[in-house]
Formats: sequence, structure tokens, C-alpha cells
Amino acid sequence: MKVSEAWLREWVNPSVSTQELVHALTMAGLEVDAVEPAAPEFSGVVVGLIEGVEPHPDAEKLRVCSVTDGMSNFQVVCGASNAAAGIKIPFAKVGAALPASTDGEPSMAIKKAKLRGVESFGMLCGASELGLEDTVDGLMILPADAPVGDDVRTLLGLDDAVIELDLTPNRGDCLSVMGVAREVGVLTSTRISAPAMPSTPAQIDTVTTVHLRAPAYCPRYVGRVICNVDASAETPLWMREKLRRAGLRSIDAVVDVTNYVMLELGQPLHAFDIDKIAGDIEVRHAQQGEKITLLDDSSVELDADMLVIADAKQALAVAGIMGGASSAVSSATQHVLLEAAFFVPQQHAGKARQLGMHTDSSHRFERGVDRLGQERAIERATELLLSITGGEAGPINLADAGQLHTQQHVDLRAARIKRVLGFEMPDVQVNDILSRLDFVPRHMDHGWQITVPPHRFDIACEADLLEELARIYGYENLPVEPPLAPMTFSLKPESSTRAGVFRQQLVARGYREAITYSFIAPQLHSQFFNDASGVTLVNPIASDMSVMRTSLLPGLVTAAAYNLSRQQKRLQLFEMGLRFVPQADGAIKDLDGSLAQTPALAGLLCGDRVPESWMSKPESNGAPGQKPDPFDFYDIKGDVESLLALTGHTAAKAVEFRTIEGGESYPYMHPGQSAVVSLAGKVVGLVGLLHPELQRSLDIDHDIWVFELHLNLISEKKVPEFKELSKFPEVRRDLAVIVDQAVLVGDVLACARRAARNELQSLIVFDRYSGDGVGEGMQSIGLGLTWQHPLRTLNDEEVATLTNEVVAALQEQFNASLR
Amino acid sequence: MSESNNPQLEALAAEALAEINAARETVLLDKVRVNYLGKKGSITQLLKALGKLPADERAAAGAEINRVKQEVQSALEHQRVALENAELAARLASEKIDVSLAGRGRPQGSVHPVTRTIERIQMYFEQVGYAVAEGPEIEDDYHNFEALNIPAHHPARAMHDTFYVSDFIGRASDESEAVASSNDVKYVLRTHTSPVQVRVMENREPPVRIICPGRVYRCDSDLTHTPMFHQVEGLVVDEHVTFAHLKGVIQSFLQVFFEKDLAVRFRPSYFPFTEPSAEVDIACVMCNGQGCRVCKNTGWLEVMGCGMVHPNVFSHVGYDTEKYTGFAFGMGVERLAMLRYGVNDLRLFFDNDVRFLAQFA
Repeated sequence: MKVSEAWLREWVNPSVSTQELVHALTMAGLEVDAVEPAAPEFSGVVVGLIEGVEPHPDAEKLRVCSVTDGMSNFQVVCGASNAAAGIKIPFAKVGAALPASTDGEPSMAIKKAKLRGVESFGMLCGASELGLEDTVDGLMILPADAPVGDDVRTLLGLDDAVIELDLTPNRGDCLSVMGVAREVGVLTSTRISAPAMPSTPAQIDTVTTVHLRAPAYCPRYVGRVICNVDASAETPLWMREKLRRAGLRSIDAVVDVTNYVMLELGQPLHAFDIDKIAGDIEVRHAQQGEKITLLDDSSVELDADMLVIADAKQALAVAGIMGGASSAVSSATQHVLLEAAFFVPQQHAGKARQLGMHTDSSHRFERGVDRLGQERAIERATELLLSITGGEAGPINLADAGQLHTQQHVDLRAARIKRVLGFEMPDVQVNDILSRLDFVPRHMDHGWQITVPPHRFDIACEADLLEELARIYGYENLPVEPPLAPMTFSLKPESSTRAGVFRQQLVARGYREAITYSFIAPQLHSQFFNDASGVTLVNPIASDMSVMRTSLLPGLVTAAAYNLSRQQKRLQLFEMGLRFVPQADGAIKDLDGSLAQTPALAGLLCGDRVPESWMSKPESNGAPGQKPDPFDFYDIKGDVESLLALTGHTAAKAVEFRTIEGGESYPYMHPGQSAVVSLAGKVVGLVGLLHPELQRSLDIDHDIWVFELHLNLISEKKVPEFKELSKFPEVRRDLAVIVDQAVLVGDVLACARRAARNELQSLIVFDRYSGDGVGEGMQSIGLGLTWQHPLRTLNDEEVATLTNEVVAALQEQFNASLR
Repeated sequence: MSESNNPQLEALAAEALAEINAARETVLLDKVRVNYLGKKGSITQLLKALGKLPADERAAAGAEINRVKQEVQSALEHQRVALENAELAARLASEKIDVSLAGRGRPQGSVHPVTRTIERIQMYFEQVGYAVAEGPEIEDDYHNFEALNIPAHHPARAMHDTFYVSDFIGRASDESEAVASSNDVKYVLRTHTSPVQVRVMENREPPVRIICPGRVYRCDSDLTHTPMFHQVEGLVVDEHVTFAHLKGVIQSFLQVFFEKDLAVRFRPSYFPFTEPSAEVDIACVMCNGQGCRVCKNTGWLEVMGCGMVHPNVFSHVGYDTEKYTGFAFGMGVERLAMLRYGVNDLRLFFDNDVRFLAQFA
């Protein structure tokens, strides 16, 4: 909300500077966002009186005016069509400086000039030329009683600051000059000096009857008829200026007065043209689907939980949000019905938003206006309106369902002050602070019973009062104590791996951590997962951010594409985060289960195995022009293995990589160069090459290697169990076996391991070869077997037997032959 | 060399010493050794021939020859050491490599600055006894709002631009449908990590000392807002927790985080789930509070929100509001990371440009 400092000081005028005032407000929870001057800098502009206007001899659109500043006469050439003898206007004399037309430029200096051969001594100004708002086309018309020759800045009070407050939703009571003044009064211990607001006795008897059909929503409605107004009367300049500084445009006298009173007292008002109302006023719920055209010419359809102000025939206004077009006041309006109502915040909340609207009125009613402030506002509006438009006021017509008069009480216990704020506040000070805030404290056993003033809607419990005490006492004055807590040991169990350990492992292996959005484009989602469903957002920020990811891979691949298009060709990326996988029946039922939202760890490799360097050429054939080796499957598999090694599963067969079978659906992976990863028999993820078709459709012309692991399933860690070290020598035997090329080495190893019995210490593949010498379609696999007995030396015969058993098993299972 | 009265022996010695000096390789030197001191070497021969001398001459002649032998041996040893040193030096010189060439292997990766910041925050709080708690990001309306004292249509909801999640996956739904069906449980992308606090309190009795780091979502996107960002929120509930402790914790944390004895101030504010509530400002770390572009010339930067847990929140989770008090605080991770590392554009955090990521190795 914007408040003019000058207007505020009419209400309360503490002897503090603007800066001190602003600081006090901010530190009391009324955060000041900005302090702007009420008008840009200008000087040398005085009230001028046009004494005569002659046509310009050589220019149809220019006039030659004779202007006085009270001392001398000046000839000024002017292009404004409203220049006329007898009006008072802002006159920029030679030597004046006017605001620059655009920000950042120097101000405009007024000099003696010749326009089409006629000399001109100064400039007559329109409002926008002074940085103010134009209300008429042409020159700004100053009040007839403005003293000729006076400085215009002084006349208009432009040396004022506009304070912009960022009010929190609980402080609806500060959405007015009166409200802020009240707060300033408390903070600076200054008396409020409200302007005199005389009430106007009824001059006529006319009353429009009001029926409160929904008292739970609108328990109070004050109406007043004002007859014979001149709605075309001009709003006085001082009022227009105050509206402008609050950020409101001047509309017409009637609307301006209602807005002015809203800004001043916080009570939104509405004015109807009585001649357009049929019969009594009904404050009722809307019919479902009821339509109304509003003041801004928009049409809305209402729900039954909304409230309207209606006459016998139709809805005239959406209560507390906006008036309707049909009963709007115009310059032809003769008789006006002024409305000031109270709408219960809990009922009113959200209604404007349901209509996609937000108005000054709805903003205030949602937060709560003074429960009993309606008559005051009507009286103030009457007084102002009559002074501008003339007319006769009817009696104030109050419809009141009664429930707002109940006083609200909240108890405050002295002991609680220390319990929550950490110090004892003397009773005198408690009384003082609460009284200054218009609370009425009454001493009770152990504390006070507080009566809450009708303008406060944020005081419902003791904690709210504690905040008030702290706020006025000053948060910066509250004590500070070092945090004390009993020592507790919160070490994670050794049997679980912290996510950070996986992160550090990948970083050590060259990966950079990425963080991608959790929502992705539906198109990208279906490029990866075809028809598989994902969780969708009802109101995405953009259509390409509307599906919650079911995998981290689309995001990582997108990040890779982003970098590839910026000449970053070698990429190692990873991400950790939740993926959102719908359950079988599609409903999000079980938030606490791990089904819908599970943490994953995904990685991506692209480009050369090592960054291009003096040694990036393969060592074996350093032929000139040889490209560095790109990443391949065994690079990324090695990274996955290194992660799984952190789980402590040391048994050789604990980690398995299995070719993707036809039935498994990983349409985004290359079927021949990808594997499903299992740990201790459980599938924990996959690794491999992005499907070339997908890669092509994503416009990426590099191989993309990826892995994705289910973080929860790899976080369980085996606690080490010591095994006795053998004191006896190891024996190694090497075998080269020839098997069909379709046979997986992993299967050969598994078979060999089974046959080699418990004393096998290690089994490695030292060579794999196909080509000359091993026969078409065959491969040779070199196996290195190392045995060691825990209690004795294995003799040659035993080792020979073991070796033969391995060979026999391989023959049996794979028809293997020794090479 | 002492004079001898055996000119032949003297000549032999001189010859041997000359050859030793001339030998430029250990192999050649060895030949010289063999020629003079080997089994058939000239000096060895002379010693062997001693037996043929008359007995009274043997001792003197033997001494002479042995003296020469020792001279030659010592010269040989001397030369051998010299040659070996020279050869080692030559070999080492020939084996010299360019140590300025880059080492082998993959370069070091990097942790994302957001993670790095969370880890630093987490480290502080874990050291002072807080546990880390996490929770779902698709959250139900109850935990994200209701339980935190933000009932439906509360104006405070406008402060959270909430993403709503369709009730049924895969079914096309429009906004009016989701808003209209008010009886259904509604799901949102959590707008803060506070629902994690509710979930923790639902499941255990005080004392509670936790922090909740994680992703949060708001339907807002411009220069200073991204629709996803990160928060770390903290919660302490115990029997004697006051606002003074809250001030102590926050002040100490911020000074540790920025490694600076910076000014911290608390301003009244409003959050539905705390009362009293406060915003926390620190003296601008860019200009030391002098006023600059970053702090909009105020000298202060808003970095956190906090307050004493609202009794309604305790009631929702069944905590005794008479017995327990508590405080909660929350901070935006990206904001702290930007201030800490001088990052000037929020969006960089989610572009994942490796040239950006590489700066946080």
C-alpha cells in the first residue's frame, strides 16, 4: 500500500525524519518497500494567470498567450487547445527546470525561444509535464483561488514522499492512512490528530430499504441516499493529488470520494445510481451461475457461495469485490445510494480469486475492516460528497444483524511472557503497550483479560498478544541467549550409506552435479517413456513444465543437450532427487509409502573418456590423427560398480548386470548395450546407451551413456565381518577356453565359480579374443583362477582336480573346449 | 707414490695408474683391474713369483709389491666410484621427463552450489545436535497448509503460489475441476519444507531438533524467482524454548555461515504457523552494510523467516501447548548461495551449464 507522508502527517506528526519514520515502521513489522518522491524534481514553476489569448499569425495550432505571475506580464506561445483567458495554470518561467521526459535524462531547462517567428518567454504546463497525472487534455487547470505567482510545488505540496508498505496479510487494520497513523502513534508515542469529521444531519427522508438475507456473510450494511448531486462536478485538486499518490486514478467526483474514504479510513464504499435500482436492496447469496456485468465491462458467472448486492430484479454488485455496470454512477447521475458494509473475512476469503479478480475492496474485506467503522465512513463520504457535488443527504440507514457487537476477549498470563519471549516484562510496561494499541487490559489473577479493538483481526490467542508486546517493545531489544541443548549422538547407523557418500564418489570420478527441474515437458516424457503415465500439474508455469519426472534421465539428457550446444563436448553429469512414479491404479494414495516418490541417482557420460590432451591418443597405436577414445559401456559400468562397491556387498555375485530382456520396458535404452543392474538379487537400476532413435529425435549427435539407480535400494550397507587370513600360499592356474560368441562372459564366470569350490580366492578374465585361430563364431576367454586353503597348502593334485572340475563344468554347460 | 728401488715395479705401477685414469667406462675399468689384479694380472703374477726369490729378499719385495697393489686397488676403487657416479648422473639426465605436462586420469567433478550450501548449513546444525529429516515433495493439502494453520482461502495462501497436482494421473484435468471438487484430498507440490516438520511431530514426542532441507515449488517465474528452489527449515520443540534462544541460534548460524561477525536484526513479520514471527536481516555482505545495488541501498539483506511455533500447529499434531514451546526457521538456499559465492543470476542454478558448475569444484 502506498501512503503519502504528508497525508499521514496530517493524522499524526511525530518529530522524526522520513528516514526515522520509515525505520520505525519496518522494525514494527510494517515493512517499507520503497520511499519515492511524490513528484519528480522541478523548479521555477509558478501559478500563472492567462489574461489574454491571441491566435498565432503563422501557425494554426499555436496561440500567443499573455500570462501574469502577479508582478509582470509575459508573452508565451502555447499549443494547448484549452488555453483560455482567466484560467490559472502552471507557468514555467525562463530559467525553470522541468522533469526529464524519460528517466535518466537531465532535466529540461526553459529558455527564451522563438516559435514560428513569435517570441515566447516560458512555457505553460500540462500535468504530465510536471510528472503528475493528466486529467484533462492540455494545460493543467489550477484552482481558481490559487494565489498568482506562488510556487506550484508548494501549492500542490509536492515536496512529499510516497511510502510504499509491504503489509503482511494479518495487518488489514493498516490498509488506510488512519491505520498507519494509529501504528505510528503507538511507535512514536504521538497523539493522533484526526481531521474533523462532522456528521451530516438528514436533510431529506429518502431511504432505500436493505434486507440482510445472508447475515453470516454480511451482518452489517449501512446505506445513505444523497439526492440531487452534480455528478459532473470536478474533483478538487487536493483530493486528486492524494489519490494519485496512493496509486489511484481520478474517475469522477462520486467514485473519487468513495476511494478517498477507503484510503483514509480503510472502509471500502460503493455508490449506486438510485434511478437504476428497482425496489429494495437485498444482500443475498448469488444463484448458482448467476451472471453480472461489472464496472470494468467484464462478465462473470457467480457461484452460490458468493454474495451479491441486488435489487428486486438483478444483482447490482458482487459484494465486496466490484460493482455492476447496470447501476454504476455516471456524470448524469442525480441521486446516489452510498454503501458501507461489513463482510465476514472467513466468508469473503478467496471469492475474488475464484473470479480471477483482486480489487482494493476485496483486498481489505478479506483481511478485515473495522467491524463498526461503517457509519463513520458514510458520514465522512457524505460530508466530502456534499462539498463537491452538492445535494441533500437522507438519514443513515443501518441494517445490523447484531453479532459484530460482541466484544472479543483474549487472556494473557504474565508467566507466559517469560516462557515465550525469554524475559519478564514489568506489568506497567505490559499495560502501557497494550493500551497504546487500543487494547483494553483488565487485571486478573496471574495476568490480564484483554479486550480486542474492533479493527484488529489478528488477535485470537495469547501468542498474538505476545507478538504485540514483542513488536512494540522492539525485536531488537529482546534478549539473546545461546542455544543450549543436551548432547545427543545422532550418528547414522553404519548399515546405511549417506547420499553424500555416493555424491562424493561420483565427484571423485569426474562427475559434476546437476539440479534439473522436477517437472518436464510432456513431449519429452513421451519421447522417453511412450505412453507411460506421469503425475501432471493442474497449473504448470509453462506447458513444457507440466509432467512430474518419472526418471531423472530426461532432465540430465536435456542438460547435456544444453551443454553440447555450447561447445561443451565432454560431459560427466549426475543428479540426485525424487522421481514420481505413478502407482498401478493411477491414484496418488500412499504418500508415505515409497511407491510414488522415490529418490534416485542418475548419471550421464558423453564425449571422450579423458579430456583431449597430450596423452589422449591410445597408447597402443599412436598413429597421427588418431581420435581420443570415446566413453563406452565399460566406463559407465565401472562407475556404477564403484557406487555399488560402497554398499559393502563384497560377494562376487552380489552385483549383476543382465541384458535387457524383451519383456522389460526400457524403450529409451539401446537394447544391445544396456543392462539391468541387480544388487543381492534385487533390481536396483539400469545402465547403458541411450537408444539411438531417441538420441536422434532429441537432435543430439553424440552417444549418451546413462545410469539410473534406486537410491533407497543401494543405501543399505553391509557392516564388515572379519574373516581369518590364510597363512598358506595361493595357487594360480590360467585357462583359455573356447565357447560360442553368444555366450556371456558373466555366465562363464558364474559357472566357473560354482565349479571352483570355496577355496577359490579370485577369478579374473585376463583375455578375451575372437578372430583367427578360434574358429568362426567362437570366442576365447582367458580365465585366471586363484585358490587358497585357509588351513593348509593345496597340493598339485588337488589343484589339478579343481581345475579339471572347472573345465568339465564349462564343457558341460557351454560346450567349451580348451584352447 | 714412495720411491722404490725396483724400477720395473715402478714402471708397472705407473702404467697401471695411467690406464686406470684413462678408463672412461666401468667395463673398461674392469678390464684394467683384471689385467693387473686378476688371477693372471701382472701384479698378481709378481706376487706369485715371490716364491722364487731368495728368502731374505721375499719380505721386502713382497711389501713393495703389496704396496703397489694397494695403490692400484685404491685408484681402481676411486675411479670406479667416479665412473659409476658419472654414469648414474648420465642415466638420470637421459631419463628426465617434462613434469609440467598434465597428469593422467579424469578431472575432478563438482558438487552443485545448492548442494554445497545445504551441506554447509546441515553441517552446522548437525554439529549442534539437530537431525536431518526429509519428506515427500508431492504433499497433501493438510500437511502443506491446514496443519500449518493456513486454512483454505486464507489470504496467506496467496503468498504461496501453489502448484496443484491432478488427483488422478493420466487423466486430463482442468483447473476448475480441481478447485471445484473441494471434498477430495488435494495434492500440491510442497510450497515449503514445513510439512516435513509436521510429519516429524506427528510421529514423535518432543524434544525435537531437526532441519528439513529440500526442493520446494512455487508457481512463479521471473528474474528473481524460479518455479523450483530449495529451502532448509529448522524446528526445535522442548520444554523451555524461548524467542531468546531462537535469536541466539539464528545469529550464531548466520555468523558461522558467512564466516563473519556480521550484524543480524529481527523484524516482526507474519507467518501463519509462527507467532511471534520475524524476518531476519543481515548486514549486506556485499557492501558491509554501506548500501549497494544488492541490498537496494538499505544496507540490509533479508535472509530468513522464523518465529515461535503457533499453538494451533502444536494442537494439530497433538503436542501439549502448555508444556512445550518451540521455534521454527526457514531459509532459501539459492539466496544464501548467491550471497556466499556472489552468483548474480538465480537461473544459473538450473541451467546446469558445466562452465558454471565447474566453478564449485
